[in-house]
Amino acid sequence: MRALCWHGKQDIRCDTVPDPKIEHPRDAIIKVTACAICGSDLHLYDGFMPGMESGDIMGHEFMGVVEEVGPENTVLKKGDRIVVPFTIICGECDQCRRGNFSVCERSNRNKSLADKVFGHATAGLFGYTHLTGGYAGGQAEYVRVPFADKTHVKIPDGVTDEQVLFLGDIFPTGWQAAVQCDIQPTDTVAIWGCGPVGQFAIRSAVLLGAKQVIAIDTVPERLAMARAGGATTIDFMAESVVERLNELTGGKGPEKCIDAVGMEAHATATLDSLYDRAKQAVMLETDRPHVLREMMYVCRPAGTLSIPGVYGGLLDKVPFGMAMNKGLTFRMGQTHVNRWTDDLLRRIQQGQIDPSFVITHTVGLEQGPEMYKTFRDKKDNCIKVVLKP
Amino acid sequence: MAKRRNTRPDALAQGLGWFSIGIGLVEMLAPHALARGLNLRGNERLLASYGVREVATGIGILASRDPEPWIWGRVAGDALDIGTLATGLDGHDDRREGAGIALAAVLGVTVLDVLCASSLRARRRARAVPPDYSRRSGLPRPPEAMRGAARDFEVPADMRTPEPLRPWVPAA
Ligand SMILES: NC(=O)c1ccc[n+]([C@@H]2O[C@H](COP(=O)([O-])OP(=O)(O)OC[C@H]3O[C@@H](n4cnc5c(N)ncnc54)[C@H](O)[C@@H]3O)[C@@H](O)[C@H]2O)c1
Ligand SMILES: [Zn+2]
Ligand SMILES: [Zn+2]
Repeated sequence: MRALCWHGKQDIRCDTVPDPKIEHPRDAIIKVTACAICGSDLHLYDGFMPGMESGDIMGHEFMGVVEEVGPENTVLKKGDRIVVPFTIICGECDQCRRGNFSVCERSNRNKSLADKVFGHATAGLFGYTHLTGGYAGGQAEYVRVPFADKTHVKIPDGVTDEQVLFLGDIFPTGWQAAVQCDIQPTDTVAIWGCGPVGQFAIRSAVLLGAKQVIAIDTVPERLAMARAGGATTIDFMAESVVERLNELTGGKGPEKCIDAVGMEAHATATLDSLYDRAKQAVMLETDRPHVLREMMYVCRPAGTLSIPGVYGGLLDKVPFGMAMNKGLTFRMGQTHVNRWTDDLLRRIQQGQIDPSFVITHTVGLEQGPEMYKTFRDKKDNCIKVVLKP
Repeated sequence: MAKRRNTRPDALAQGLGWFSIGIGLVEMLAPHALARGLNLRGNERLLASYGVREVATGIGILASRDPEPWIWGRVAGDALDIGTLATGLDGHDDRREGAGIALAAVLGVTVLDVLCASSLRARRRARAVPPDYSRRSGLPRPPEAMRGAARDFEVPADMRTPEPLRPWVPAA
Protein backbone atom coordinates (compact mmCIF):
# COMPACT_ATOMS: atom_id res chain seq x y z
CA MET A 1 0.00 0.00 0.00
CA ARG A 2 1.00 3.64 -0.21
CA ALA A 3 1.68 5.70 2.90
CA LEU A 4 3.33 8.96 3.91
CA CYS A 5 6.55 8.08 5.69
CA TRP A 6 8.91 10.18 7.80
CA HIS A 7 12.52 10.06 6.68
CA GLY A 8 13.99 12.94 8.64
CA LYS A 9 13.53 16.61 9.22
CA GLN A 10 11.27 18.05 6.51
CA ASP A 11 11.49 14.84 4.57
CA ILE A 12 8.13 13.10 4.17
CA ARG A 13 7.68 10.75 1.24
CA CYS A 14 4.82 8.84 -0.27
CA ASP A 15 6.29 5.31 -0.12
CA THR A 16 5.05 1.87 -0.99
CA VAL A 17 5.11 -0.22 2.18
CA PRO A 18 3.78 -3.64 3.27
CA ASP A 19 0.06 -3.80 4.10
CA PRO A 20 -0.74 -3.98 7.81
CA LYS A 21 -1.86 -7.28 9.31
CA ILE A 22 -3.91 -8.24 12.36
CA GLU A 23 -1.37 -8.71 15.17
CA HIS A 24 -3.65 -9.05 18.17
CA PRO A 25 -7.15 -10.55 18.51
CA ARG A 26 -8.66 -7.15 19.43
CA ASP A 27 -7.23 -5.41 16.33
CA ALA A 28 -8.98 -4.24 13.21
CA ILE A 29 -7.64 -3.22 9.84
CA ILE A 30 -9.35 -0.29 8.24
CA LYS A 31 -9.29 1.02 4.71
CA VAL A 32 -8.76 4.75 5.04
CA THR A 33 -11.28 6.94 3.22
CA ALA A 34 -10.04 10.29 4.51
CA CYS A 35 -7.19 11.54 6.66
CA ALA A 36 -5.72 14.91 7.55
CA ILE A 37 -2.49 16.70 8.38
CA CYS A 38 -2.42 18.16 11.90
CA GLY A 39 -0.38 20.89 13.55
CA SER A 40 1.04 18.11 15.73
CA ASP A 41 2.43 16.43 12.61
CA LEU A 42 4.37 19.62 11.96
CA HIS A 43 6.33 19.14 15.19
CA LEU A 44 7.55 15.82 13.74
CA TYR A 45 8.05 17.32 10.30
CA ASP A 46 10.18 20.10 11.75
CA GLY A 47 12.11 17.66 13.90
CA PHE A 48 11.11 19.10 17.28
CA MET A 49 9.73 15.86 18.76
CA PRO A 50 12.26 13.20 19.66
CA GLY A 51 11.64 9.52 19.01
CA MET A 52 10.91 9.23 15.29
CA GLU A 53 12.63 6.63 13.12
CA SER A 54 13.15 6.72 9.37
CA GLY A 55 10.30 4.98 7.59
CA ASP A 56 7.68 5.59 10.31
CA ILE A 57 4.21 6.07 8.84
CA MET A 58 2.74 9.48 9.70
CA GLY A 59 -0.78 10.52 10.58
CA HIS A 60 -3.18 10.37 13.49
CA GLU A 61 -6.34 11.93 12.04
CA PHE A 62 -8.12 9.38 9.91
CA MET A 63 -11.30 7.46 9.29
CA GLY A 64 -12.39 4.63 7.08
CA VAL A 65 -14.18 1.37 6.63
CA VAL A 66 -13.41 -1.77 8.61
CA GLU A 67 -11.74 -4.29 6.33
CA GLU A 68 -10.90 -7.09 8.76
CA VAL A 69 -11.30 -7.74 12.49
CA GLY A 70 -9.41 -9.91 14.96
CA PRO A 71 -11.17 -12.91 16.53
CA GLU A 72 -11.73 -11.24 19.93
CA ASN A 73 -13.17 -8.08 18.46
CA THR A 74 -16.91 -8.59 18.69
CA VAL A 75 -17.79 -4.90 18.53
CA LEU A 76 -16.75 -4.14 14.96
CA LYS A 77 -17.49 -5.96 11.76
CA LYS A 78 -16.31 -5.68 8.17
CA GLY A 79 -17.93 -2.71 6.47
CA ASP A 80 -18.45 -0.59 9.60
CA ARG A 81 -17.64 3.07 9.06
CA ILE A 82 -15.47 4.48 11.86
CA VAL A 83 -13.46 7.50 12.86
CA VAL A 84 -10.34 6.53 14.77
CA PRO A 85 -9.34 8.68 17.77
CA PHE A 86 -5.63 9.55 17.78
CA THR A 87 -5.30 8.22 21.35
CA ILE A 88 -5.31 4.43 21.50
CA ILE A 89 -7.34 3.18 24.47
CA CYS A 90 -7.77 -0.16 26.16
CA GLY A 91 -11.00 0.96 27.82
CA GLU A 92 -10.32 -1.11 30.93
CA CYS A 93 -7.40 0.37 32.85
CA ASP A 94 -7.74 2.73 35.78
CA GLN A 95 -7.28 5.85 33.67
CA CYS A 96 -9.58 4.72 30.87
CA ARG A 97 -12.31 4.02 33.42
CA ARG A 98 -12.04 7.62 34.64
CA GLY A 99 -12.18 8.91 31.08
CA ASN A 100 -8.53 9.96 31.09
CA PHE A 101 -8.05 8.24 27.77
CA SER A 102 -4.92 10.06 26.63
CA VAL A 103 -3.07 8.52 29.55
CA CYS A 104 -4.35 4.97 29.08
CA GLU A 105 -2.02 2.73 31.03
CA ARG A 106 -1.95 -0.16 28.62
CA SER A 107 -1.94 1.07 25.03
CA ASN A 108 1.66 2.33 24.93
CA ARG A 109 3.73 -0.70 23.95
CA ASN A 110 6.98 1.18 24.56
CA LYS A 111 6.04 1.73 28.19
CA SER A 112 9.53 1.35 29.67
CA LEU A 113 10.98 3.94 27.28
CA ALA A 114 8.13 6.35 28.01
CA ASP A 115 8.42 5.70 31.76
CA LYS A 116 12.02 6.84 31.59
CA VAL A 117 11.29 9.98 29.60
CA PHE A 118 7.99 11.07 31.19
CA GLY A 119 8.21 9.43 34.60
CA HIS A 120 5.12 7.43 33.75
CA ALA A 121 3.96 6.34 30.33
CA THR A 122 1.05 7.94 28.50
CA ALA A 123 -1.28 6.37 25.96
CA GLY A 124 -0.22 4.94 22.63
CA LEU A 125 -0.77 7.35 19.75
CA PHE A 126 -0.93 6.71 16.02
CA GLY A 127 1.96 7.93 13.91
CA TYR A 128 3.53 9.85 16.75
CA THR A 129 7.02 8.76 17.78
CA HIS A 130 8.24 5.67 19.57
CA LEU A 131 7.70 7.37 22.92
CA THR A 132 3.99 6.83 22.38
CA GLY A 133 4.20 3.30 21.09
CA GLY A 134 5.61 3.72 17.60
CA TYR A 135 2.30 2.74 16.02
CA ALA A 136 1.96 3.12 12.24
CA GLY A 137 -0.13 6.17 11.39
CA GLY A 138 -3.17 6.80 9.25
CA GLN A 139 -1.84 8.82 6.32
CA ALA A 140 -1.96 5.59 4.41
CA GLU A 141 -4.33 3.37 2.47
CA TYR A 142 -4.73 0.91 5.36
CA VAL A 143 -4.10 1.08 9.09
CA ARG A 144 -4.00 -1.46 11.88
CA VAL A 145 -6.04 -0.18 14.80
CA PRO A 146 -4.92 -1.79 18.09
CA PHE A 147 -7.59 -2.22 20.80
CA ALA A 148 -10.01 -1.48 17.99
CA ASP A 149 -13.00 -2.73 19.97
CA LYS A 150 -12.61 0.44 22.09
CA THR A 151 -10.49 2.71 19.91
CA HIS A 152 -13.13 3.91 17.48
CA VAL A 153 -16.17 6.10 16.98
CA LYS A 154 -18.92 4.44 14.96
CA ILE A 155 -20.30 6.73 12.29
CA PRO A 156 -23.90 6.41 11.18
CA ASP A 157 -25.16 7.16 7.67
CA GLY A 158 -26.29 10.65 6.84
CA VAL A 159 -23.08 12.52 7.64
CA THR A 160 -20.19 13.02 5.24
CA ASP A 161 -16.55 12.08 5.88
CA GLU A 162 -15.70 15.78 5.92
CA GLN A 163 -18.25 16.45 8.67
CA VAL A 164 -17.01 13.74 11.04
CA LEU A 165 -13.31 13.22 10.22
CA PHE A 166 -12.20 15.78 12.82
CA LEU A 167 -13.96 13.89 15.62
CA GLY A 168 -10.70 11.92 15.80
CA ASP A 169 -8.68 14.88 17.04
CA ILE A 170 -9.04 18.61 16.41
CA PHE A 171 -12.74 19.05 17.15
CA PRO A 172 -12.58 17.27 20.54
CA THR A 173 -9.25 19.02 21.14
CA GLY A 174 -10.73 22.48 20.65
CA TRP A 175 -13.75 21.36 22.66
CA GLN A 176 -11.73 19.99 25.58
CA ALA A 177 -9.64 23.18 25.54
CA ALA A 178 -12.83 25.16 26.11
CA VAL A 179 -14.41 22.65 28.52
CA GLN A 180 -11.29 22.73 30.70
CA CYS A 181 -11.92 26.46 31.06
CA ASP A 182 -15.25 25.68 32.71
CA ILE A 183 -16.64 28.71 30.91
CA GLN A 184 -18.99 30.99 32.85
CA PRO A 185 -21.39 33.37 31.10
CA THR A 186 -19.30 36.29 32.38
CA ASP A 187 -15.99 34.98 31.02
CA THR A 188 -13.69 36.37 28.40
CA VAL A 189 -11.78 33.54 26.73
CA ALA A 190 -8.58 34.48 24.92
CA ILE A 191 -7.28 31.95 22.41
CA TRP A 192 -3.72 32.05 21.06
CA GLY A 193 -3.41 30.47 17.60
CA CYS A 194 -6.07 30.40 14.88
CA GLY A 195 -4.95 27.15 13.29
CA PRO A 196 -7.49 24.33 13.08
CA VAL A 197 -7.33 23.69 16.85
CA GLY A 198 -7.80 27.37 17.62
CA GLN A 199 -10.75 27.54 15.20
CA PHE A 200 -12.53 24.71 17.02
CA ALA A 201 -11.67 26.21 20.40
CA ILE A 202 -13.29 29.48 19.27
CA ARG A 203 -16.53 27.77 18.18
CA SER A 204 -16.57 25.63 21.31
CA ALA A 205 -16.13 28.67 23.56
CA VAL A 206 -18.98 30.44 21.78
CA LEU A 207 -21.26 27.39 22.01
CA LEU A 208 -20.39 26.95 25.68
CA GLY A 209 -21.52 30.51 26.24
CA ALA A 210 -18.45 32.69 26.80
CA LYS A 211 -19.33 36.37 27.01
CA GLN A 212 -16.42 37.34 24.78
CA VAL A 213 -13.98 35.28 22.69
CA ILE A 214 -10.72 36.88 21.59
CA ALA A 215 -8.42 35.15 19.11
CA ILE A 216 -4.76 35.90 18.45
CA ASP A 217 -2.72 35.10 15.33
CA THR A 218 -1.09 36.99 12.50
CA VAL A 219 -2.17 35.09 9.38
CA PRO A 220 -4.91 37.20 7.72
CA GLU A 221 -7.10 34.37 6.42
CA ARG A 222 -6.92 32.56 9.75
CA LEU A 223 -7.96 35.74 11.53
CA ALA A 224 -10.83 36.12 9.03
CA MET A 225 -12.01 32.58 9.78
CA ALA A 226 -11.74 33.32 13.51
CA ARG A 227 -13.98 36.36 13.14
CA ALA A 228 -16.44 34.26 11.14
CA GLY A 229 -16.70 32.00 14.18
CA GLY A 230 -17.50 34.88 16.49
CA ALA A 231 -14.10 35.99 17.80
CA THR A 232 -12.67 39.47 18.17
CA THR A 233 -9.17 39.22 16.70
CA ILE A 234 -5.71 40.53 17.56
CA ASP A 235 -2.83 40.46 15.06
CA PHE A 236 0.21 39.78 17.23
CA MET A 237 2.60 41.25 14.69
CA ALA A 238 0.68 44.50 14.35
CA GLU A 239 -0.50 45.16 17.91
CA SER A 240 0.55 44.53 21.49
CA VAL A 241 -1.31 41.43 22.60
CA VAL A 242 -1.13 42.28 26.28
CA GLU A 243 -2.32 45.86 25.81
CA ARG A 244 -5.19 44.85 23.56
CA LEU A 245 -6.33 42.06 25.89
CA ASN A 246 -6.33 44.41 28.84
CA GLU A 247 -8.22 46.99 26.84
CA LEU A 248 -10.88 44.46 25.85
CA THR A 249 -11.35 43.32 29.45
CA GLY A 250 -11.57 46.63 31.26
CA GLY A 251 -7.93 46.35 32.33
CA LYS A 252 -8.46 43.10 34.23
CA GLY A 253 -7.26 40.50 31.71
CA PRO A 254 -9.13 37.47 30.37
CA GLU A 255 -10.40 34.94 32.92
CA LYS A 256 -9.56 32.02 30.65
CA CYS A 257 -6.60 31.63 28.29
CA ILE A 258 -6.13 28.86 25.73
CA ASP A 259 -2.77 28.03 24.14
CA ALA A 260 -3.58 26.54 20.72
CA VAL A 261 -0.08 27.22 19.41
CA GLY A 262 2.34 24.97 21.27
CA MET A 263 6.06 24.63 21.10
CA GLU A 264 6.62 26.28 17.74
CA ALA A 265 5.34 29.72 18.66
CA HIS A 266 6.52 32.21 16.10
CA ALA A 267 9.16 34.66 17.04
CA THR A 268 7.41 37.90 17.72
CA ALA A 269 9.25 41.15 17.93
CA THR A 270 9.76 40.54 21.64
CA LEU A 271 13.04 39.90 23.41
CA ASP A 272 12.00 36.55 24.85
CA SER A 273 11.35 35.15 21.35
CA LEU A 274 14.88 35.94 20.28
CA TYR A 275 16.17 34.35 23.45
CA ASP A 276 14.23 31.13 22.73
CA ARG A 277 15.48 30.98 19.16
CA ALA A 278 19.06 31.28 20.34
CA LYS A 279 18.75 28.68 23.08
CA GLN A 280 16.92 26.28 20.80
CA ALA A 281 19.66 26.63 18.23
CA VAL A 282 22.29 25.47 20.71
CA MET A 283 19.95 22.77 22.10
CA LEU A 284 19.66 24.24 25.59
CA GLU A 285 15.91 24.40 25.19
CA THR A 286 13.61 22.34 23.03
CA ASP A 287 10.41 24.38 22.99
CA ARG A 288 9.53 28.01 22.50
CA PRO A 289 7.16 28.98 25.32
CA HIS A 290 6.44 32.54 24.22
CA VAL A 291 2.67 32.04 24.28
CA LEU A 292 2.76 30.45 27.72
CA ARG A 293 4.63 33.40 29.16
CA GLU A 294 2.19 35.82 27.60
CA MET A 295 -0.80 33.90 29.00
CA MET A 296 0.64 33.76 32.50
CA TYR A 297 1.29 37.47 32.38
CA VAL A 298 -2.03 38.66 31.05
CA CYS A 299 -4.42 36.17 32.65
CA ARG A 300 -6.66 37.53 35.40
CA PRO A 301 -5.64 36.29 38.87
CA ALA A 302 -7.43 33.07 39.82
CA GLY A 303 -7.93 32.43 36.12
CA THR A 304 -7.35 29.26 34.13
CA LEU A 305 -4.80 28.42 31.47
CA SER A 306 -5.89 25.63 29.17
CA ILE A 307 -3.09 24.20 27.06
CA PRO A 308 -3.96 21.93 24.13
CA GLY A 309 -0.84 23.19 22.32
CA VAL A 310 1.78 20.47 22.34
CA TYR A 311 5.11 20.81 24.14
CA GLY A 312 7.82 18.22 23.80
CA GLY A 313 10.52 18.79 26.33
CA LEU A 314 12.18 21.54 28.30
CA LEU A 315 10.96 25.09 28.64
CA ASP A 316 13.02 27.98 29.81
CA LYS A 317 12.22 31.26 31.59
CA VAL A 318 8.70 30.26 32.44
CA PRO A 319 7.54 32.79 35.05
CA PHE A 320 6.28 30.24 37.49
CA GLY A 321 6.42 32.64 40.41
CA MET A 322 3.96 34.88 38.64
CA ALA A 323 1.63 31.99 37.97
CA MET A 324 1.84 30.76 41.56
CA ASN A 325 1.20 34.12 43.13
CA LYS A 326 -1.71 34.82 40.80
CA GLY A 327 -3.25 31.50 41.75
CA LEU A 328 -3.61 30.33 38.17
CA THR A 329 -5.01 26.91 37.31
CA PHE A 330 -3.25 24.95 34.58
CA ARG A 331 -5.08 22.27 32.60
CA MET A 332 -3.38 20.52 29.75
CA GLY A 333 -2.77 17.26 27.99
CA GLN A 334 -3.41 15.29 24.89
CA THR A 335 -7.12 15.11 24.32
CA HIS A 336 -9.27 12.41 25.94
CA VAL A 337 -10.94 12.06 22.55
CA ASN A 338 -13.51 9.35 23.30
CA ARG A 339 -14.74 11.23 26.33
CA TRP A 340 -16.38 13.80 24.04
CA THR A 341 -17.10 12.08 20.76
CA ASP A 342 -20.62 10.75 21.42
CA ASP A 343 -21.80 14.18 22.49
CA LEU A 344 -20.01 15.96 19.63
CA LEU A 345 -21.28 13.51 17.01
CA ARG A 346 -24.79 14.24 18.24
CA ARG A 347 -24.16 17.99 17.93
CA ILE A 348 -22.95 17.50 14.35
CA GLN A 349 -26.03 15.42 13.52
CA GLN A 350 -28.28 18.05 15.07
CA GLY A 351 -26.60 20.70 12.94
CA GLN A 352 -25.23 22.70 15.85
CA ILE A 353 -21.87 22.77 14.06
CA ASP A 354 -20.46 21.56 10.75
CA PRO A 355 -16.72 20.90 11.22
CA SER A 356 -16.02 20.85 7.48
CA PHE A 357 -15.82 24.66 7.52
CA VAL A 358 -12.12 24.43 8.33
CA ILE A 359 -11.08 22.39 5.25
CA THR A 360 -9.28 24.51 2.68
CA HIS A 361 -7.42 21.83 0.69
CA THR A 362 -8.43 18.32 -0.40
CA VAL A 363 -5.83 16.32 -2.33
CA GLY A 364 -4.65 12.77 -2.99
CA LEU A 365 -2.16 10.97 -0.74
CA GLU A 366 0.69 11.36 -3.24
CA GLN A 367 0.41 15.14 -2.89
CA GLY A 368 0.85 14.79 0.88
CA PRO A 369 4.56 15.65 1.02
CA GLU A 370 4.11 18.99 -0.72
CA MET A 371 1.01 19.70 1.38
CA TYR A 372 3.04 19.38 4.58
CA LYS A 373 5.08 22.27 3.32
CA THR A 374 2.10 24.31 2.17
CA PHE A 375 0.40 23.83 5.56
CA ARG A 376 3.55 24.52 7.55
CA ASP A 377 4.33 27.71 5.62
CA LYS A 378 0.65 28.78 5.56
CA LYS A 379 0.95 29.14 1.80
CA ASP A 380 -1.95 29.26 -0.61
CA ASN A 381 -4.26 30.28 2.29
CA CYS A 382 -4.01 26.80 3.69
CA ILE A 383 -5.73 26.11 7.01
CA LYS A 384 -6.59 22.41 6.97
CA VAL A 385 -5.56 19.72 4.52
CA VAL A 386 -7.60 16.57 3.94
CA LEU A 387 -5.96 13.69 2.07
CA LYS A 388 -7.96 11.07 0.20
CA PRO A 389 -5.93 7.87 -0.21
CA MET B 1 13.59 20.41 -15.52
CA ALA B 2 11.23 21.92 -12.97
CA LYS B 3 7.88 20.18 -12.78
CA ARG B 4 4.93 22.45 -13.32
CA ARG B 5 1.23 21.94 -13.49
CA ASN B 6 0.30 21.58 -17.13
CA THR B 7 -2.29 24.24 -17.71
CA ARG B 8 -2.66 26.02 -21.03
CA PRO B 9 -0.34 28.98 -20.46
CA ASP B 10 2.24 26.54 -19.09
CA ALA B 11 2.02 24.39 -22.22
CA LEU B 12 2.32 27.46 -24.43
CA ALA B 13 5.32 28.67 -22.40
CA GLN B 14 6.96 25.30 -22.82
CA GLY B 15 6.42 25.42 -26.60
CA LEU B 16 7.93 28.89 -26.71
CA GLY B 17 10.88 27.67 -24.67
CA TRP B 18 11.72 24.95 -27.17
CA PHE B 19 11.13 27.38 -30.04
CA SER B 20 13.63 29.80 -28.47
CA ILE B 21 16.24 27.09 -28.24
CA GLY B 22 15.66 25.97 -31.84
CA ILE B 23 15.87 29.45 -33.35
CA GLY B 24 18.79 30.30 -31.08
CA LEU B 25 20.79 27.28 -32.26
CA VAL B 26 20.26 28.23 -35.92
CA GLU B 27 21.40 31.80 -35.23
CA MET B 28 24.44 30.59 -33.31
CA LEU B 29 25.50 27.85 -35.70
CA ALA B 30 24.63 29.35 -39.09
CA PRO B 31 24.78 33.16 -38.79
CA HIS B 32 26.28 33.55 -42.25
CA ALA B 33 23.59 31.68 -44.16
CA LEU B 34 20.96 33.43 -42.10
CA ALA B 35 22.40 36.89 -42.71
CA ARG B 36 22.37 36.20 -46.42
CA GLY B 37 18.74 35.06 -46.40
CA LEU B 38 17.57 38.01 -44.34
CA ASN B 39 19.47 40.69 -46.23
CA LEU B 40 21.50 41.40 -43.09
CA ARG B 41 25.03 40.81 -44.34
CA GLY B 42 27.62 42.31 -42.03
CA ASN B 43 25.43 41.55 -39.01
CA GLU B 44 26.58 37.96 -38.50
CA ARG B 45 28.01 38.56 -35.04
CA LEU B 46 24.86 40.35 -33.96
CA LEU B 47 22.78 37.40 -35.15
CA ALA B 48 25.01 34.95 -33.30
CA SER B 49 24.64 36.98 -30.11
CA TYR B 50 20.85 36.96 -30.58
CA GLY B 51 21.21 33.18 -30.78
CA VAL B 52 22.90 33.07 -27.39
CA ARG B 53 20.09 35.21 -25.99
CA GLU B 54 17.42 32.92 -27.46
CA VAL B 55 19.01 29.74 -26.12
CA ALA B 56 19.46 31.24 -22.65
CA THR B 57 15.85 32.42 -22.57
CA GLY B 58 14.64 29.03 -23.78
CA ILE B 59 16.51 27.23 -21.02
CA GLY B 60 15.20 29.75 -18.51
CA ILE B 61 11.61 29.10 -19.58
CA LEU B 62 11.94 25.34 -19.45
CA ALA B 63 13.98 25.06 -16.28
CA SER B 64 12.43 27.63 -13.96
CA ARG B 65 9.44 27.13 -11.70
CA ASP B 66 7.92 30.36 -12.89
CA PRO B 67 8.39 31.02 -16.61
CA GLU B 68 6.66 34.39 -16.54
CA PRO B 69 9.73 36.69 -16.31
CA TRP B 70 11.48 34.68 -19.03
CA ILE B 71 8.51 35.05 -21.36
CA TRP B 72 8.53 38.80 -20.80
CA GLY B 73 12.22 38.52 -21.69
CA ARG B 74 11.17 36.94 -24.96
CA VAL B 75 8.82 39.86 -25.64
CA ALA B 76 11.75 42.28 -25.20
CA GLY B 77 13.86 40.08 -27.50
CA ASP B 78 11.10 40.15 -30.10
CA ALA B 79 11.33 43.95 -30.17
CA LEU B 80 15.06 43.72 -30.85
CA ASP B 81 14.47 41.16 -33.61
CA ILE B 82 11.83 43.34 -35.26
CA GLY B 83 14.14 46.36 -35.16
CA THR B 84 16.98 44.40 -36.69
CA LEU B 85 14.85 42.73 -39.36
CA ALA B 86 13.36 46.09 -40.34
CA THR B 87 16.80 47.25 -41.46
CA GLY B 88 16.78 44.29 -43.90
CA LEU B 89 13.78 45.85 -45.65
CA ASP B 90 15.94 48.71 -46.90
CA GLY B 91 17.43 48.91 -50.39
CA HIS B 92 16.49 47.19 -53.62
CA ASP B 93 18.06 43.85 -53.04
CA ASP B 94 15.77 41.01 -54.07
CA ARG B 95 16.52 39.46 -50.67
CA ARG B 96 14.18 42.03 -49.15
CA GLU B 97 11.49 39.45 -49.58
CA GLY B 98 13.25 37.09 -47.14
CA ALA B 99 13.40 39.79 -44.51
CA GLY B 100 9.72 40.58 -45.03
CA ILE B 101 8.65 36.97 -44.49
CA ALA B 102 10.86 36.69 -41.41
CA LEU B 103 9.41 39.91 -40.04
CA ALA B 104 5.85 38.61 -40.47
CA ALA B 105 6.82 35.40 -38.67
CA VAL B 106 8.43 37.29 -35.77
CA LEU B 107 5.35 39.49 -35.45
CA GLY B 108 3.22 36.33 -35.21
CA VAL B 109 5.45 34.85 -32.49
CA THR B 110 5.42 38.18 -30.66
CA VAL B 111 1.64 37.98 -30.41
CA LEU B 112 1.99 34.51 -28.86
CA ASP B 113 4.66 35.73 -26.44
CA VAL B 114 2.55 38.64 -25.24
CA LEU B 115 -0.51 36.40 -24.89
CA CYS B 116 1.41 33.82 -22.89
CA ALA B 117 3.11 36.36 -20.62
CA SER B 118 -0.09 38.20 -19.87
CA SER B 119 -2.08 35.06 -19.11
CA LEU B 120 0.69 33.94 -16.74
CA ARG B 121 0.52 37.34 -15.09
CA ALA B 122 -3.27 37.19 -14.83
CA ARG B 123 -3.02 33.78 -13.19
CA ARG B 124 -0.43 34.99 -10.71
CA ARG B 125 -2.60 37.96 -9.78
CA ALA B 126 -5.68 35.77 -9.40
CA ARG B 127 -3.75 33.54 -7.01
CA ALA B 128 -2.58 36.47 -4.96
CA VAL B 129 -6.15 37.50 -4.03
CA PRO B 130 -6.88 35.76 -0.72
CA PRO B 131 -10.01 33.64 -0.73
CA ASP B 132 -12.77 34.90 1.46
CA TYR B 133 -13.10 32.83 4.64
CA SER B 134 -15.32 35.37 6.31
CA ARG B 135 -18.40 33.19 5.89
CA ARG B 136 -16.80 29.96 7.09
CA SER B 137 -18.34 29.96 10.52
CA GLY B 138 -19.32 26.29 10.67
CA LEU B 139 -22.37 27.40 12.64
CA PRO B 140 -25.94 27.28 11.34
CA ARG B 141 -26.77 30.77 12.58
CA PRO B 142 -24.64 33.87 13.30
CA PRO B 143 -22.25 33.30 16.23
CA GLU B 144 -24.21 35.79 18.32
CA ALA B 145 -27.30 33.61 17.96
CA MET B 146 -25.31 30.46 18.75
CA ARG B 147 -23.72 31.80 21.92
CA GLY B 148 -24.48 29.34 24.69
CA ALA B 149 -26.21 26.85 22.37
CA ALA B 150 -24.25 24.09 24.11
CA ARG B 151 -25.00 25.20 27.67
CA ASP B 152 -26.83 21.89 28.04
CA PHE B 153 -23.35 20.40 28.27
CA GLU B 154 -22.29 19.48 31.76
CA VAL B 155 -18.62 20.12 32.50
CA PRO B 156 -17.27 16.96 34.15
CA ALA B 157 -16.39 17.29 37.83
CA ASP B 158 -12.63 16.97 37.26
CA MET B 159 -12.64 19.96 34.93
CA ARG B 160 -14.77 22.33 36.97
CA THR B 161 -13.31 25.46 38.46
CA PRO B 162 -13.06 25.12 42.24
CA GLU B 163 -15.82 27.08 44.00
CA PRO B 164 -13.56 29.83 45.48
CA LEU B 165 -12.16 30.62 42.02
CA ARG B 166 -15.56 31.08 40.41
CA PRO B 167 -16.75 34.57 39.62
CA TRP B 168 -18.87 36.09 42.28
CA VAL B 169 -22.27 36.93 40.88
CA PRO B 170 -24.42 39.09 43.12
CA ALA B 171 -27.84 37.61 43.84
CA ALA B 172 -30.49 39.29 41.74
N1 LIG C 1 -3.64 18.41 22.92
C1 LIG C 1 -3.94 17.71 21.84
O1 LIG C 1 -4.45 16.63 21.96
C2 LIG C 1 -3.69 18.29 20.49
C3 LIG C 1 -4.37 17.80 19.38
C4 LIG C 1 -4.15 18.41 18.15
C5 LIG C 1 -3.24 19.46 18.03
N2 LIG C 1 -2.58 19.88 19.13
C6 LIG C 1 -1.63 20.99 19.11
O2 LIG C 1 -2.32 22.21 18.98
C7 LIG C 1 -1.45 23.17 18.37
C8 LIG C 1 -2.16 23.82 17.21
O3 LIG C 1 -2.49 22.88 16.22
P1 LIG C 1 -3.00 23.36 14.79
O4 LIG C 1 -3.33 22.16 14.01
O5 LIG C 1 -4.04 24.39 14.95
O6 LIG C 1 -1.61 23.98 14.23
P2 LIG C 1 -1.20 25.22 13.33
O7 LIG C 1 0.27 25.14 13.27
O8 LIG C 1 -1.96 25.24 12.07
O9 LIG C 1 -1.66 26.51 14.17
C9 LIG C 1 -0.84 27.23 15.00
C10 LIG C 1 -1.20 28.71 14.83
O10 LIG C 1 -0.55 29.46 15.84
C11 LIG C 1 -0.18 30.70 15.30
N3 LIG C 1 0.87 31.29 16.13
C12 LIG C 1 2.20 31.09 16.09
N4 LIG C 1 2.83 31.84 16.99
C13 LIG C 1 1.89 32.54 17.64
C14 LIG C 1 1.93 33.51 18.68
N5 LIG C 1 3.11 33.89 19.21
N6 LIG C 1 0.75 34.04 19.13
C15 LIG C 1 -0.43 33.66 18.58
N7 LIG C 1 -0.52 32.75 17.57
C16 LIG C 1 0.63 32.20 17.11
C17 LIG C 1 0.26 30.35 13.89
O11 LIG C 1 0.24 31.47 13.04
C18 LIG C 1 -0.76 29.29 13.50
O12 LIG C 1 -1.87 29.84 12.83
C19 LIG C 1 -0.20 22.40 17.98
O13 LIG C 1 0.79 22.57 18.98
C20 LIG C 1 -0.66 20.98 17.97
O14 LIG C 1 0.38 20.09 18.20
C21 LIG C 1 -2.81 19.31 20.36
ZN1 LIG D 1 -3.62 16.07 15.69
ZN1 LIG E 1 -6.61 2.13 29.19
